[in-house]
Amino acid sequence: MGELRAYAALFGGRLRSATAYRTSFAVEMVTNAAGTLIDVVTVFVLYRAAASVGGFTLDEALMMTGITAFAFVLADLTVGNIDQLETYVRTGRLDAVLVRPLAVLPQLILADLPLRKLMRLAVGTGVLGLALARNDVDWTPARALLLVTAPISGAVFFGAIFVLSAASAFWWIDSGKLGHGFTYGGRDFTSYPITVYGSWFRTLFAYGLGFGFVSYQPALTLLGRADPLGLPSWAGYLSPLIALVVSAIAAVVWRLGVRHYRSTGS
Amino acid sequence: MIEMRELRKTFTVRVKAGRLRREKREVAAVDGVSLSIARGEMVGYIGPNGAGKSTTLKMLTGVLSPTSGEVSVSGLRPVPQRTRLALRIGVVFGQRSQLWWDLPLGESFRLLRYVYRVPAAEHEARLRRCRQLLDLDAFLDTPVRQLSLGQRMRGELTAALLHGPEVLFLDEPTIGLDVVSKQAVRSFLGELGRTGDVTLVLTTHDLADIERLCRRLVVIDHGHVVHDGTIEQLHARYGSRRRLVADLDVPLPPGFTLPGATMTSTEADGHRVTFTLESIAAGAAVAALVTAAQVRDLSVVEPEIEDVVARLYTDVSGAP
Amino acid sequence: MDALDASVPAISPRRPIGASVATFRALMGSGFRRYATYRQATIAGTFTNIVFGFLRCYVLLAVAAGAAGGAPGGYDARQLATFVWVGQGLLNVVGIWGWGDLADRIRTGDIVADLVRPVSPVTAYLAADLGRAAHALLTRVGPPVLVGALFFPLATPSRWQTVPLFAVSVLLAVIASFTCRYLVNATAYWLDDARGPLMFWTLGSGVLAGLYFPLRLLPDWLAVTLWVATPLPGLLQTPLDVLIERDQPALQAGLVALQAVWAAIMLALAHWVQRRAERRLVVQGG
Repeated sequence: MGELRAYAALFGGRLRSATAYRTSFAVEMVTNAAGTLIDVVTVFVLYRAAASVGGFTLDEALMMTGITAFAFVLADLTVGNIDQLETYVRTGRLDAVLVRPLAVLPQLILADLPLRKLMRLAVGTGVLGLALARNDVDWTPARALLLVTAPISGAVFFGAIFVLSAASAFWWIDSGKLGHGFTYGGRDFTSYPITVYGSWFRTLFAYGLGFGFVSYQPALTLLGRADPLGLPSWAGYLSPLIALVVSAIAAVVWRLGVRHYRSTGS
Repeated sequence: MIEMRELRKTFTVRVKAGRLRREKREVAAVDGVSLSIARGEMVGYIGPNGAGKSTTLKMLTGVLSPTSGEVSVSGLRPVPQRTRLALRIGVVFGQRSQLWWDLPLGESFRLLRYVYRVPAAEHEARLRRCRQLLDLDAFLDTPVRQLSLGQRMRGELTAALLHGPEVLFLDEPTIGLDVVSKQAVRSFLGELGRTGDVTLVLTTHDLADIERLCRRLVVIDHGHVVHDGTIEQLHARYGSRRRLVADLDVPLPPGFTLPGATMTSTEADGHRVTFTLESIAAGAAVAALVTAAQVRDLSVVEPEIEDVVARLYTDVSGAP
Repeated sequence: MDALDASVPAISPRRPIGASVATFRALMGSGFRRYATYRQATIAGTFTNIVFGFLRCYVLLAVAAGAAGGAPGGYDARQLATFVWVGQGLLNVVGIWGWGDLADRIRTGDIVADLVRPVSPVTAYLAADLGRAAHALLTRVGPPVLVGALFFPLATPSRWQTVPLFAVSVLLAVIASFTCRYLVNATAYWLDDARGPLMFWTLGSGVLAGLYFPLRLLPDWLAVTLWVATPLPGLLQTPLDVLIERDQPALQAGLVALQAVWAAIMLALAHWVQRRAERRLVVQGG
């Protein structure tokens, strides 16, 4: 109980310091929303040149873009700033976090909560809404449930990827950009039908790292389309499971990282 | 209150060996430190850069895990029981802020009450005391990032004390402060020490901090404790002597000696002489000199702790 | 405070050209060496460039496969692959992202140390940035191009003019990119905090320079407007179009000339803004 109130206080502090400079906060909010918009506009621009990409129409692809947009934005909004860990390790500010009576990960997340990314969530939701409006989904209770679980699981999945990428800084301080290949790279990967990628690259990202289950498989199930790559339609429901597995891995790696920091200092 | 037994911390560093090869080498930052600090003690922990001060402090606060040896603070083992320990200790890292950068100082204090789960009345009482002793009222509503270094440090001290810690660790609390702020911080810590409730461990480069505050001085170099005792014991052990400096109207006759003292320098054509007092009391030496020569002015110079410590470092390091 | 080193010779019209060139070269060297120390960050950044190379290349190739005539925006598959992979390398040379040094120095007041030097900050920072670009040219272009060539058929230039024209185009792109970033950073002279403008820049520059997709995929009127009215296509799109020979030689040369015009305008603008800012500092005392 006391701990929850402590975290709530940290959140309140973050809220107040974010809004202390209203103009720059507003500018950052708008810029961030525009950022997500650009990702979506890119999809439209590419489909201007081709009616079908990787065997999917624009409307079908939007379903994937929409799930990804919502999931990624939610993850980025909540734990995205964990990539600041690099700075915490380099400057030694992590020491100050370690001498407080709270867990390390929640402290870091709450201390830097990027509220300026809030507007992105609206854009993400909008894209998902647009995708639903432009596709004729044959609604069943299972599909309705999927519409809720897929974006949420996707967010958990991306959150875990953010934590994993950031945790690399415990071992390799200058790893920051490396993580972007999986976080932002994963977002780009899942924004398109995975049929567009070459086979080994697709196997690695989609099945090896699990990105294929974030938006591609759930979108197929929502659209009622068979997977041209051969996975059965229930694969669309796997995203919560995949998210759970990746989160567990992320939790273990994070703990190992903190332990490593404790033994080496840096 | 604090126990360290054979505490060791080694780091693996990669050293260049040849053009491309890199060798791993073990370096002991803290090499077998055993110390016992009782409740209410105020201990100065000093040493040259890289001696192992910060590493020790980090092991005591649960930031670093020891390679071997045992450590307990307030009856807890710092790393495994980090969050419980955090409630009982206060830490000030001179260079790293505990405060919320964008928020007014007072706001940081309010947040810390929740982070450390302090009952409102206790929090209020401690804050009131700090506000008085450290003169915080003038800048309580100023965002931390606009505070001067001295103001910020007073804020950091308050932040470290609001949850009523039993042990206070201060890493370079006066670094970069102006004379007035240093004075404020020192007298505040002195006040804190007089109550005897708080155990205080202080690392510093400014030996004046130690002279004012700490009865006990621990000197560490190359990971080893090279002195543990009072400042007087340090002087006694390293033979620091008082000196007698005299300005004379007429230079001393050649072959003049002062029993129990050695003439260590003459300046201004013999018009100024310095004796280092070995086995003679200052009063006797003064009397002897005044009868033997025409003394215009005379002073007894106390040994400087800086000199002693500087000598200590070079002794241990084996440098000239 | 080596920043206060007064022995740096001045670049001024009254001094012999040789001394000014030597100063400029020394400043370039410092920029080069500074980035040479970030070896690990270079490796991490290269890895990420390669991942994004694969992502963008596969997507654009799939677009080409689905497009009527197989040539979206007038690019064939080889040209698209080259566009992406060389673009991933060139991105770092042009360095459109991640430069807030000047804004930081203005905010903290350290900029005063730059102002007392006998070299204009615009010139000094330009020299350092060219050094940075030279370092990136040596370290950041090779790996993605090599990986691209291993996995995809790439286009090679068929006209001899292409190579020198590309070299000139890249240099102009670096200068234009530098001046844009300088101006964005310089907003810190007037605003409390250049974070907002910097974010706008990061956001707009990538897409409008042609990093996410070739600008020729946009409607013609929009593409032409961007080229003529902004320096942004000159940062990435023009050098890449030159390299993959998207247009006839005359048009290629024309696009590079347009780049040159924009680079000159932006450089003049940077100098003008800097002078205004200095006057303001003198009047208001920072």
